[in-house]
Formats: sequence, C-alpha cells, structure tokens
Amino acid sequence: MNSREKILQAVKQNQPEPVSLPHIPFFTPPFTNLEQKFTKVLQSIGGEVHRVSSYAEINQILKKEFGSKTIFSSAQELAELMDTGLDYKNAHAFADLELAVVEANLAVAENSAIWVTEAMVQERALPFIAQHLALIIQPQNLVATMHEAYARIADADYGFATFIAGPSKTADIEQSLVLGAHGPKSLLVFLLDREIA
Amino acid sequence: MHKTIAEHPSLADKFNKDEERVNWHDQTLWWVRAKRDKAAHTLPEWEDLRNLASQIKHNVLSNLSEYLVQFEENALKNNIQVHWAADAQEHNAIVKSILQKHGVAQIVKSKSMLTEECHLNDYLQKEGIEVIDTDLGERIVQLAQEPPSHIVLPCIHKKKEEIGELFHLHLGTPAGNADPQFLTAAARLHLREKFLTRKIAITGVNFAVAETGEFVVCTNEGNADMGAHLADVHIACMGIEKLIPERHHLGVFLRLLARSATGQPITTYSSHFKKPRQGQEMHLVLVDNGRSRQLGREDFRNSLKCIRCGACMNTCPVYRRSGGHSYHNAIAGPIGSILAPNLDMKDYADLPFASTLCGSCSNVCPVKIDIHNQLYKWRQVLVQQGYAPAAKKAAMQGMAFTFSHPAFYRMAGKTGKWFMKTTPFVVNNSFNPWYKQRDMPEPPKESFHDWYKKNRKQNE
Repeated sequence: MNSREKILQAVKQNQPEPVSLPHIPFFTPPFTNLEQKFTKVLQSIGGEVHRVSSYAEINQILKKEFGSKTIFSSAQELAELMDTGLDYKNAHAFADLELAVVEANLAVAENSAIWVTEAMVQERALPFIAQHLALIIQPQNLVATMHEAYARIADADYGFATFIAGPSKTADIEQSLVLGAHGPKSLLVFLLDREIA
Repeated sequence: MHKTIAEHPSLADKFNKDEERVNWHDQTLWWVRAKRDKAAHTLPEWEDLRNLASQIKHNVLSNLSEYLVQFEENALKNNIQVHWAADAQEHNAIVKSILQKHGVAQIVKSKSMLTEECHLNDYLQKEGIEVIDTDLGERIVQLAQEPPSHIVLPCIHKKKEEIGELFHLHLGTPAGNADPQFLTAAARLHLREKFLTRKIAITGVNFAVAETGEFVVCTNEGNADMGAHLADVHIACMGIEKLIPERHHLGVFLRLLARSATGQPITTYSSHFKKPRQGQEMHLVLVDNGRSRQLGREDFRNSLKCIRCGACMNTCPVYRRSGGHSYHNAIAGPIGSILAPNLDMKDYADLPFASTLCGSCSNVCPVKIDIHNQLYKWRQVLVQQGYAPAAKKAAMQGMAFTFSHPAFYRMAGKTGKWFMKTTPFVVNNSFNPWYKQRDMPEPPKESFHDWYKKNRKQNE
C-alpha cells in the first residue's frame, strides 16, 4: 500500500461522525462609511491614501514623488510615466523597479486589504519586488468585510491572486515595526472616483 | 521505560537565570496579547466567528478523507503536482527528490512550522543542500544556529544587540549597530540576492481549499511570494489538517488569524496559489506525520483545528516566563504541548505538565480548542502509561496516603507549621520547588480543624 492509500485509510478510520457545515452570515459591520473605514485602517497599518478624481491627478502625484525613476504601470492612462527600457517578460528584471502601479477592482474596508489578481499584473512577482507599490481602486469597489469580498470573488478563476494590506513589514527585531521587509517599502492607494469619460 | 528527567523545568531554569530577560520576554508577549484583545474587540461578531471557525474545522475533521481526495483532484486539474508523505522522513525524501531532479543544491524557504517539525533543514544540510530561511526572524535564528522559539515571532527571545552581533559576523554590518531599521535593511539586501538567484523555493501553507484545489500563504514580509514567484519550482508543504472545504470559508479564517496572532486586521499578504505560472513547476506535499493518529484520539482530536496563530503562547503565563526553547519541540506553548505527545509520548511527557491549567489559552483560541482541558487529559494518559516524572509520582503517592489517614494528616500539618515558624530555612531554600521565584506564605496560627473544635464547643 502506498502512502496516499495508507494516509487516506487511517484518516477514514479515525475521523468522527460527519458534522454538517454551518451557514456563514455576512454580519452587520459596526461602520457605515466604507471609504472612511478603509482609509483609517490603511493609514493605521502604514499605507497612504490619496483621494483623487482623475488619472491626471495620479500622474501629477507620482511624478512629484518618483520623478524620472523606473516605473511600471498597468494603467494605460499613466503610460507616459512608464519606463520603456524594462524587459517586462522577465520577472527578475523588476528587481530594479522603483514603483509598480496596479489597478485593482476589489478592496475590503474592515482591514484595507486590496484584491490583486494575476490578470492585473504583468508578472506575479511585480507587486512584491518593486521598491514601492501604488494601487488604484474605485470607491464603489469597496466592500465592508471579507465575507462580502469572497462573495464577489466566488468561483472566479485565477492562477494567482492576493490580498495586499499595506507595505511589506516586519517586527521580528524586538517587535519594532519596520516597513519594507522584502517587498515594497511603501503603499500608496489612490481612491479614484469614476471618471466621466 | 520511565522518563526520569523532567526536561521542561530544567530548560526553563536555564532561561530563568536571567531575570531581567524573563521579565522583558513576559512583557513583550503580553503586549502582543493585549493587541490581540484590542483587535478582537473591534468585531462585535468575534465570538460568532470563533464558533463558526470551530464548526467548519469540525466538519473538515469529520470528512477529512473525502476533502483530501477532492483537493487532490482539483489541485491536479490546476496543474499542481501532489505528493503524499506518511511521516517526516518521507516528506524530507520527497523534497530532496525534487531538488535532485532539478540538480539544485541551494534553495530559499519561507516560514513553515511543518518543515521545522520534520527537521527538513538539518536533513537537507546533511545532503549537502543549502537552505536559506527568508522570514527575517527565521533567518536570525538560523544564523544563530537555533530553532525558532515561537511560531509567529521566531526570534522573540533575542535582544537587538545580539541580532546586531549576528549580522556583524555573518552579513558584515558594522559592529555595535543594533538599530532594527538598519538591520532589516541589511537583511533585505542580503535576502534579495538569494531570491533572485535560487531556482527552487519552499513555502508552507496556511489554508488549502478542497473545492478549488488552491492554497493560501499568509505573510507580512512578502518573503513567501518573493521566493515562489521568482523560482522555477515552487514546493509547498502542508499538514493534512490545513484543508478547508470552500473558498468563502477563508473569509472566516482570514478575519481571525492575524487579529489573534499580532492584533493586525489581516496579514499584509494573503496569497492564493491556484496554478503554477507559465513555465513554472508547482509541487504540493501533503503530510500526515501522526495527524491521522491524533484524529483517532477523541480527547485530543480538536487540537487538529489549530490555525497556528500563536495566541495561546502569547497569553500563557508559563510560556512567557520559560521561553519557547524550554518546550524542546517545533511548536512551543500550550498547543505544542498537546501536539507533541502525539508524536512521541516518552520524549514529550513533560510538556502537558508545563501549564497552570488557568484556561487563558482556551479563552483566546480563535478556533475554540479546549486547550487546557486537553493538557489535563494528557496528564492522565501519561501517568497511566507510566511516563510521569518519578518525583511527581512519589509526591502523588505521599499525598494519597496523607489524605486517606486523618491522624497522619493532622500530625503532618502541625509538623509543617512548626517547621515554618521555628526553622523557616528548612522550607525557604532552593531544594523546595515551591520556594523558587516566590516567598512561602506565613503559617496560620492554628489549623482550621483546631479552630473548628474550639468554636463548636463554645457554641454548643
């Protein structure tokens, strides 16, 4: 008997009488203003929030903060900031990337986690390897809790996806919080009002 | 067959030699525990969530063989290669065979308590394979050639000056620099080079979803993602109890995990790995290593619900004052003391006794494991099986005799009081374990028995 069969048999023999799954309610969150809650939580975990009304405004802020540094963006509207010298087919090339800008379409107010899927980034490594990360999210794509987030994600297909909440961080040295462990040292989030085309 | 050395007390003794450090360790972990409380109190439905998580896990345990088959089927469809390991040895051999197939002798690894449990690092090192732990805390203890002392905060026992010294020796940072910001930046550079050059990355698994065949890895540093996304081969290792039925159940567990662990609303990264990226190879190793046996122990089955948040350690008065290494097991603290005797009753017979049974661990557990009850039950099993420490056994026999002979009981009480009053040095010395770290109480003037005899007469 191989290990698979051995394990399955032992588990089957030892598992208790079947118990059914509970129903998971959404619960009523103790806040009503999603944007306010999201902003407050993100700031408390080291992120920065900008309320903007156009890509032009984002463009301006990024230009001011990052100037001519190497930038990758998934947003067509920010194409002029893009560094064209990077080999975008090679994740390792992103090691020198100063800033990655990614558009996301789901975020959770209770913990300020932003759902980023493989389809939104050129390479899976992108939001982790860049020195800084900016995420663009429209306020109408905010949900209150993780339960609502998973209701939206439901049976979506993806190869890789992640919730990102704040910049990469560690507190392993005497519990002192340090931003920028291995991933981005900062997280900028742009709450972008739906643009009137 | 008797275990004669009580290891936990003697290892704790070592840790207790530096009283200032013990106080600091105690306070740091209590601070983390307080952050957990604050985070829990922000959710009105906290208790409901704990109940739901416990019920979901109960469902998992009662259908585990079915979920394992379902998960495997879906993972295979996702192009993930699934391996089954009956024990630690087989787990290590599977990992080695994958490395050998690719001719790789250097790898990066993100935090995984399972690989600690299997002593994978030691094993691979003996095979001439270099493993770099990439979680900062784990890297620090690795440089110090120590095991982690906490499952979430691996180097919680270390002072920043000691870490500065380690970095000075191994990473060439200036001597005497112990600034956490500076040291983290040095580690970032050091580990980035490893991420960019290693072809194989190993990660742990926090949750695996039977319905979709995907698995979720949670980190704050992003090290699991840096490793996995930059490597040609990703090997994920998980205990079979990590399964959950459906994707939306993650909503319950992700709300509980980080809040219970560190008081954060969620970990920085909660990464869902469903398929290997184009051109990448993804392996998943399902490990039993005693879990199916624990499943069959009705009294201890619930310990398999554990999601490894560490809340029970942070709140445990014994853990905080004895240090993680005193548990001589990959998983320290209250939950580790339930899991370890399942792996080896003889080697870990001391651990269920390393508890005050105060119940604080059970009160903070996000999946409502009755931790202190299980520790109490393990004690009974271990005594019945003959693994109790000899001194404890003698003391219990003495107590049984005293309590069943009233005249002897009264005489012993009187003698004890007389000694404490007239020759306190007989009890106030280091041979008396009750005198350690605390003063003996003042003896009462008369026993309750004497008082009762006197007063009853007066009232008659």
